[in-house]
Amino acid sequence: MDFLTLLQLLDATIRLATPLLLACLAGLFSERAGIFDIGLEGKMLAAAFTAAAVASLTGSVWVGFLAGIFASLLLSALHGLASITFRGNQLISGVAINFLASGLTVLIAQSLFAQGGRTPSLSGDARFNPIQWPGALARMREIMQAGPFQQFYSELISGHTIIVYLAVLTVPASWWLLYRTRFGLRLRAVGENPAAVDTAGISVVGLRFAAVGICGVLCGIAGAYLSTGLQAGFVKDMTAGRGYIALAALIFAKWRPWYALYACLLFGFLQAIALRGDVIESVLGFRIQVQLLDVLPYILTVIILAGFVGKAIPPRAGGEPYVKER
Amino acid sequence: MTAPAIELKGISKAFGAVQANKDISIRVMPGTIHGIIGENGAGKSTLMSILYGFYRADSGEIYISGQKTPIPDSQAAIAAGIGMVFQHFKLVENFSVLENIVLGAEDSALLRPSLARARKELKSLAEEYELNVDPDALIEDIGVGMQQRVEILKALYRKADILILDEPTGVLTPAEADQLFRILGRLKDEGKTIVLITHKLREIMEITDTVSVMRRGEMVGHVQTAETSPPELAELMVGRKVLLRVEKKPATPGAMVLDVRDLNVTDDKGVHRLKGVSFNVRAGEILGIAGVSGNGQSELLEVLGGYEKATGTIQLNGTEIDLSGRHSDGQSRRARGIAHVPEDRQREGLIMDFMAWENIAFGYHHEPQYQKSRLFMDLAAIKQDTVDKMSRFDVRPPDPRLTAKNFSGGNQQKIVLAREIERNPDLLLIGQPTRGVDIGAIEFIHQQIVALRDQGKAILLVSVELDEILSLSDRIAVMFDGKIMGERLPEQTNVKELGLLMAGVTGEAA
Repeated sequence: MDFLTLLQLLDATIRLATPLLLACLAGLFSERAGIFDIGLEGKMLAAAFTAAAVASLTGSVWVGFLAGIFASLLLSALHGLASITFRGNQLISGVAINFLASGLTVLIAQSLFAQGGRTPSLSGDARFNPIQWPGALARMREIMQAGPFQQFYSELISGHTIIVYLAVLTVPASWWLLYRTRFGLRLRAVGENPAAVDTAGISVVGLRFAAVGICGVLCGIAGAYLSTGLQAGFVKDMTAGRGYIALAALIFAKWRPWYALYACLLFGFLQAIALRGDVIESVLGFRIQVQLLDVLPYILTVIILAGFVGKAIPPRAGGEPYVKER
Repeated sequence: MTAPAIELKGISKAFGAVQANKDISIRVMPGTIHGIIGENGAGKSTLMSILYGFYRADSGEIYISGQKTPIPDSQAAIAAGIGMVFQHFKLVENFSVLENIVLGAEDSALLRPSLARARKELKSLAEEYELNVDPDALIEDIGVGMQQRVEILKALYRKADILILDEPTGVLTPAEADQLFRILGRLKDEGKTIVLITHKLREIMEITDTVSVMRRGEMVGHVQTAETSPPELAELMVGRKVLLRVEKKPATPGAMVLDVRDLNVTDDKGVHRLKGVSFNVRAGEILGIAGVSGNGQSELLEVLGGYEKATGTIQLNGTEIDLSGRHSDGQSRRARGIAHVPEDRQREGLIMDFMAWENIAFGYHHEPQYQKSRLFMDLAAIKQDTVDKMSRFDVRPPDPRLTAKNFSGGNQQKIVLAREIERNPDLLLIGQPTRGVDIGAIEFIHQQIVALRDQGKAILLVSVELDEILSLSDRIAVMFDGKIMGERLPEQTNVKELGLLMAGVTGEAA
């Protein structure tokens, strides 16, 4: 495997890790506030569809982007209503959201576009296009002839959509918000011991809704990126379990932002490898079935979670609706 | 005349059908320590939670320093200068002391300046009230006494002039309790008003200036502490005369029933819970095990009861018991004549969602008297047995079909006692027999334990209540950090000496 192939693999890693990272951070905010969210998948899917549909209808990716976030926020509000206001079971609410999103997206897509549950292919201003950094080479032939540094710069640093850069910036921003601000202190506290927050005179419900709201926005960005950045349009169940892998990454990262980045890069790398059967073949020396490659990231997810996480202690009040004790 | 620091007028509060507070009025003068005493479920905590804005009263008015002050939430209570130390601390376990103190009282959106100011403020508070804590320690790493200080500091940091403490000594050693009382005295000298909720008469007599007594949601009396006595307060609390001291004849110990030698337990986390514990209990005597909770008493009961593995030897009536956990469990222990009233009756003693008759049969459900045929149980017999036991143990209400969780703490305990005692065991293990049990029921439970002893049974009593240990036991062993620190005779020791042993201090000085 030469240097350029490695760079291409890493480039794909970054693109594939982006939706995972955004969803993982979304889950991080929600779960740190004590609201388990198994509905990351559904929110991403709803956002992916809405973003693609609206972008396709309006021709503007940014309008689609905002619409995607809005759709995700709506589902977040539903989750909040069910699990915070009405103190329902958070897992059941999340599963319901996943089913809802899976069915509704295809149904609406079919009735709007009549293309078998997809949206039309997006192009031009209707999707996020790569940003070329100054001095970066765009043509593959030029890159192949350039030096290693130029290759690194052009292939890996430059040429991503704006969402990818945004996602990377979200990591330090999340860390700062959680560990350096009053809001972060309260948010972490409400996931550990809501009674402490309540007796300190702060609204538990308000804080949890804020966290669920942030979760909705981040999931919305992740979903919109899937259909308007990573790919050019919405197809049925296009999230393909990314919401669950994000949850796995969250546990792997033990609910910490920087570790979430590392975990998502690892899972993104696994997905990138699975797409490059030719690379694996050249490294291993024999051919692996495509189907086997496709399930590889999921199998490795299970193995990593089962064996390499060590002791992951979730936020102590996670999953439990807050009821003042009698 | 100065206005009272706190004045509550006609406070009522109901939880569903339960009237927790009925038309309660109370006045507390500034710069005093006011006690509120009552049995479990009398409504003390509810009343104070209303004052702190944790619950909202259905009706009634609150006046702070003469001003009518509505308190709809805790924010309003804090603004009115009220701080509360709950029985179960409201701390975030994996936060530092400083973060817990600042939480909810931050100066600005950024944390750093708030933490810096809190650090300074904490230092001056520590000097003023002798409340030293390490600001950077994590809550989960410090002891309960320290955690309680953090709660007090939290209130002081919020400029509280009125401090409410709910059962503050429940988790403390006697020495820690004394220290707390010194701190409270100091706060009082500085002009703070303190409300102390407790069910312990001794604490009321020791530290308060005035006392209010509550019974079943109602206020039944306000007295000056100096003008009252423990028996008078107890009578007010219960509504009838109660014996505060257990009446019992001297023990006549017989043959050795339980002989424990060099018992060691290591839990799944690798923590050494019991370290070479040896003791014995004879027929017709009560061995009391004193200690602050979490020093190995629970593990000891679990080993003896058959659901924790251990090394060492235990002999019952001269025959050894298998401790490997392979051939022994609760069932086989019961078959050998060990009855067990576990420490946590709601988790280990009862199935809370099962009815009384089911709980009465549980663990003994295989007994021939409960069987109709090889296949079916004789439910009618079990229910009849339950009714009989309920009447003998004065369980109220005597309804065998009532779910366990719907009985009061005292009556739940009586159900467990009835099940275990009436099997005529050779050895009774009994943990925290009166935790969360009201005074009237305590008297009854103590009489039952003494009666069992007088029938010539061996009894191992584990309790964190020193008064209970002192009044029931014929011999006292003190546990600290998984070891037995020493044995004492109740008539030759006192609370102070036992307290030192409970804190791990040994030697002649103790």
